[in-house]
This record gives sequence, C-alpha cells and structure tokens, in this order.
Amino acid sequence: MSSLPADYFAVFGISPSLALDLPELQRQFYVLSKQFHPDRFARASAAEQQYALDFTSLLNDAWRVLRDPQARGEYLLKSNGFEAGDSRSNPPPSELLEEVFELNMALEELRHGDGEARGAIASALERFLAMREALDADRDALFVRYDANREPETLRQLRALLNRRRYIENLVRDAQQALS
Amino acid sequence: MSVFQIDFGSDDSAQESAPPRVVGIDLGTTNSLVAFLDLTAPKVIPGSDGLSLVPSVVHFPIGGEPVVGAAAQRALLFDPRNTVYSAKRLMGRGAADVAGELALLPLTVAPGSENVIRLAVGGREVTPPEVGAYVLRQLKQNAEVFLGEPVTQAVITVPAYFNDAQRQATKDAGRIAGLEVLRLVNEPTAAALAYGLDKRQNGTIAVYDFGGGTFDVSILKLQEGLFEVLATHGDTHLGGDDIDNLLLRVALEDIASEWGADLSGNNEAVQRLRRAVIDAKHALSTVPVATIAFDDAGREYRRQLPREVFDQLITSIVDRTLASCRACLEDAGLTPAQIDEVVLVGGSTRIPLVRQAVRALFQAEPHTELNPDEVVALGAAVQAGILSGAVEDQLLLDVTPLSLGIETMGGVVSKLILRNSTIPASATEQFTTAVDGQRNVLIHVLQGERELAKDCRSLARFDLKDIDPVMAGMARIEVRFLIDANGILHVSAKDLRTGKEQAVEIKPSYGLTDEQVEAMILESFDKAEEDFKERQVRETRVEADRILAAVDKAKQDDAWFALPTAEQTAIDLAINELLLSYHGDDYVLIQQKMEALDHASRGLAESMMNSAVRGALKGTKIE
Repeated sequence: MSSLPADYFAVFGISPSLALDLPELQRQFYVLSKQFHPDRFARASAAEQQYALDFTSLLNDAWRVLRDPQARGEYLLKSNGFEAGDSRSNPPPSELLEEVFELNMALEELRHGDGEARGAIASALERFLAMREALDADRDALFVRYDANREPETLRQLRALLNRRRYIENLVRDAQQALS
Repeated sequence: MSVFQIDFGSDDSAQESAPPRVVGIDLGTTNSLVAFLDLTAPKVIPGSDGLSLVPSVVHFPIGGEPVVGAAAQRALLFDPRNTVYSAKRLMGRGAADVAGELALLPLTVAPGSENVIRLAVGGREVTPPEVGAYVLRQLKQNAEVFLGEPVTQAVITVPAYFNDAQRQATKDAGRIAGLEVLRLVNEPTAAALAYGLDKRQNGTIAVYDFGGGTFDVSILKLQEGLFEVLATHGDTHLGGDDIDNLLLRVALEDIASEWGADLSGNNEAVQRLRRAVIDAKHALSTVPVATIAFDDAGREYRRQLPREVFDQLITSIVDRTLASCRACLEDAGLTPAQIDEVVLVGGSTRIPLVRQAVRALFQAEPHTELNPDEVVALGAAVQAGILSGAVEDQLLLDVTPLSLGIETMGGVVSKLILRNSTIPASATEQFTTAVDGQRNVLIHVLQGERELAKDCRSLARFDLKDIDPVMAGMARIEVRFLIDANGILHVSAKDLRTGKEQAVEIKPSYGLTDEQVEAMILESFDKAEEDFKERQVRETRVEADRILAAVDKAKQDDAWFALPTAEQTAIDLAINELLLSYHGDDYVLIQQKMEALDHASRGLAESMMNSAVRGALKGTKIE
C-alpha cells in the first residue's frame, strides 16, 4: 500500500504555496473524492479500505483548511515552525484598544436593555468590516509575495496580519451576534 | 427442472460467486422498511402481509417469543406493559436523558439504566438496540423470502443529527440481528439520493425530514452525480410522537373534566386514546375537521378537532423545525432563495401546516412525488448499490452534525473537528504528562457546540495507558481522532518519542460494550440461522412437490412407455431417494436428490418435448 501524502498541499500534488486557484482545487477535490472515497472500497481488502479511509480523511481535512485563506495561512505558518498563537488570549492590537473598549461598552449597554447601543454597535461593525476588507487585500498580496520569495520575513509579517485579522473576525462575530 | 424445460440453464457456479446483495433499511421511530436495488431502480420489499411498512413495535409476551410489526402493534392495546414502541428515541441514551419520555411510556425501566436503558418487558430485560434488532431481523427475513437468498449485509439509515452513541447503538442493533452494517447513512441524505436518480443533475437542494421521532434538515449541492452535504441541522427529539403526546395530554384533560375521571394511570386506556388521537391527526391531513372517538367502560368521548385548532396546538413544534432550517441555511452560507429544490421526507410532512410552512420558508414548491414513508429506504438501497459497485456514477459526501472536542482545564471544551465538516475527517492533538513518572493520561471526548463540557454530550473517556515514565511534560503522545464515513469516532495514539503505537482504553459514556453486543448476537444469530434453514427446507419441499407431480404426470405419457427399462428404473430410484430425503430437514440433501431426479429424467423430458414439437409441426403442416 502506498504511503499517504506528507502534507495538505501534497494531497493535491502541489508544493506548499499560499496563492491558490480555488476553483481548480475544488475540481481536484471532487476528482480525488470520486476515486478514493471509502464507498468505492466497501468490498476491497482490509488494507485498501484502511487506505481509502486514511486518504479521504486527509483529503477532506486538506480541502477544509486550504480553501479558507486564514486557515491556509495558519497551516503554512505552523508547518514552518511559526505558532500562530491564540488571539483570544493575546492582548488586542494596541491601535484597536479604543475601538474594542467602545464596542465592549456598547455591548454591555445592549445587554442591560439599552436599545440605543445598537446604533453604536452597527457603526462599529461597519468599521470592522472595512478593516477586514483592507486586511484581506494585504493578505492576498503577502500570499503572492511569499510564493515568489519564500522568505521567513514575509511569514513573520503574515503571522502578524493573520493574528490581527482573526481578532477583528471575532469582533465582527460578536457585533453581528449582538445585533441579530 | 428438465421435466418442464429442457434447457434449465442454471449456472450454479456463477450464482455462488456473485457478491451477496446489500439491502437498504430505514429503521424508523414508527415504521421500518427494507429496499433493494433492482437493476437500476430501488424498490421496497413487502412482507408476507403484502405491506412494506413494518411498524417498529415489538411485543415481548411473558414466556413467549417476541412478535414484531403489525401484530405487536395490536398487542399495544391489550398488553402495553410488555410492548415496546418508539425505541429509536431511547437509542444511545441513558435513563436520565429520557426521563420525560419514559414517564409517557407504559414501560418499566430496570435498575442500572444509567448508560444503557434496560426495559423490563415480558419477564426479561431488553435494551433499545435489541428491540431494534428484532425489527431488523424481521426486515432481513422479509428480504430473504422476497429475494430468495440469504441477506447478511445492509445499509441502515439514521437521523442526520444522531450523535456518536446513537449511531453506535444502531450499528449494534444491526450486529445483533446478524447483519453486517456496511454503512450508516443519514436519512435526509438518503432521501436526496432517492430523488437524485431522476432529477436534474445540478443544483442546491434542502431536505426537510420530519418523522415519527426525529427532525432533520440537510442542504446539499448536487453536481454530476456527487451529492455534497453543505450543512445539516436537527433535533433527535422532535417528531410526530411529540404531536401525539400533545394531543393525548389535551384529550386526557378534556376527559378528566368531562367524566371527572383521570385515565392517565390506566395504561390500556391511554394506549387506546393514543390510537384515537393519532387517527384524528392522520384524518386532518385530508379533511378540515376530525373527531377523536374514544370509549371506555361504557362511556363515550367524542371531540371535534378542527384543523385550525390542531394547527394552533402544533405551531410551536413546527416553529422549532423552522428555526433548525434557518440555522442550517446560515451554516451553509445560503439564503432561502438560493435553494433550488425542497424535498419532504417523513410521515409528519403530510400535515398541511408543515407543508405550508416549508413552502413559505424556502419559497419553493416542495417535492412529494416519492412516498414520504418510503423515500429514505429507497435512498438506502441506492447507497447499498454504491457500496456494492452496482452504482458507479453517484457518490455521497456527508458531514458530521456535531462538533467534536476534548475537555481541557476548567471544564472548557477545545473543539477539534467542527460540525459540518465533510467525513471522514480527522484531527491530531498532542498530549503530555503533568507529573514525573505519570503512566496514564485520561482524555474526555465530547460532542456539541457549547463552550463548557457540562453542556456538551459526553461521548467517551479514553485512557492512554502504560506511558513510558518520564519527567513531567516530557512525554509526547499524539492522539488521532477520526470520524469515519458512518459518523462514528475512532481514536488511536502514538508515542512520538518511541514511535510506538500507544495503548488506548475506551470507556464509552453511553451504550453497550463490545462484549455485551457479542453476547446478544450469538443468541439471536443462531435463531436467525435456524429460521433461515427452516424456511429453506419449506421452500425446497414445495419445489420437490412440483417435480414429483410433474414426473408422476410424465409417467402417464407415451414417452414413458417408450423408455428403456434401465432408464425407467433409474427414474423410480431417484424418486424414492427424493422421497426419503423429503422428510428430513437437510434442504441441501433434498436439493441434491432433486437434481439427481432431474438428471435421471432428462431423457424422458427430451423425448416428451420432441414428440410435443413433432405434434405441433404436424398440426401446422397437415391441417
């Protein structure tokens, strides 16, 4: 029995890279699923069944991670020895301190039944969404740059950006939850 | 046989080497069905009563053999204490989970039901997987009689929202019934497969599955034969049963005020009243007003139930299903308008209010072409065809309905595999020791979406044993959590320092141990074998009767008298041998003797055929 691909990129037969052609990756995902899904091996030998199970779970895990730019970036950072760090336990990025403080105040007011806080939360949400959009553009540029230069410095910048984006993502989620 | 037809053409070797057939089974809360893939289309298999629906009811008469299906349903009226229905709602649960449920059932729960419910019925104790196994065995037998061959492999459907323990319990039921469960497939997904056979090839579909005991909704993307589940949601404790219970409570209160008598302690009366409200519920699917008709001890209760009142009563139940649908849409990242097709599954979707609500939510006319009671079993048969290789152009990519996590410091759950991840899916996590020389690490695995372990469903405790004694924090144990295509968790561990496989001891929080299942299997499996043999003997004898009668008739023919004496003697000898074996219970021997007679009488059959052909030719030529 052949051995399993070494990492998520190898599953799709590509070298570790960040700017990916997602439609092509998805096409590959379907082709590989059709070929290796355990359903296709229900009557095969135990070894083949095990391989189908192992390969397909790896394929599913890989597709789940690689299709999401944030998860893809964190995965590549981790396999290069960078721990992404849990932004929830990290202090908020210093330039966001004021924003976060105001959002928390508004959330608190809303919890205590002050409907007027909704306006403040909504405008905060708008700002966070704009920040996220800007970060996405920066991230995609970093992705392309890393694929070209493969430099650790680019990864360091990427780590900072992804941590910041994850933090903003949490703010967006909290604000949206409060408003829904 | 050659007495009837010269070229019997039975190619036994080909038959033997053909892989065993895989059937598809819908093990429902209220009714169960078995289906198979006939050439290209799935078909449901009827039982000996001609009906394909087998009520999921088992009667355990004191001192007698369990009775399954319609007969057991009748027993519900005269022996409710020993008759189990809706056992699916008890699958993979402990007594504390279903205390409310059990209060409504006229059954006694035996002590020691914390991890597996043990029902005291018919002077014995049975677990929900065993009750399920009796239903499965009935379906297996129906399939064997219908298909004329042993059935040992099956695909069984489960609610999409079933957790690990409920899935495992269903698989156990299959094993106990003597069935190898090749796959557990989610009910809404199965329904999509059944519809997918002759539907448009691409698009997004929502399956709304509202059955007797459970509610599921799944959203799938269909493209070129690939059925990819995007998200699933549901409630394993919401179904037609809840509507029945609601109506039952109303009727009991009504009767109490009308008659001044509380019937709720009278099991028999309650079961008859339940039947009466169910009949009224069914009637309301087609008529605007139904009557709940119930008599007891000479007293009459007649209650008009207009559909508007019924609709009001069940609004909160229907609303719960809609909330699930919205959550599912959100998880799939879709709006209702992006759903191309809606499929209705399950008996409760016959309720007009339900149809109306689904139509309004998804802004689409739901599909109801396939019988909502049969569609899941039909889909299971398609999945069986995929597994056996008969269906090559379709494939199902399903998801896990619940997030999987482990308990960490402070009772917080760390999620490892998120809900709606395509399965099989896996995650690895490294563990170490906290104390010098520590030999064991205990891992508590849970399922659910909540942050705290106490709010999630405990799945199992895994004990990493015999860890090399090293300094605290030095051990490196990598644990791999794998959810297979059935949605069932497997855990393996490796010591990264030595590269050796690490021993893991599993303590499931709910359900039977392997040994317990094993003990249950042997018992019922032997019986199943016996039953099968008995049926084979009976069927073989019928066949033998036919051949003996045919040979008897042939002996009146001119051809018999034209046969050489030696051949006549050989035939008579073969008849005698067949008659000798006939009364034994070795059906293989009877078959052998039948074949011997067939062989001996080949010459006779040929000359009969020849003279028949000559006669026919003569007829056409001369007259």
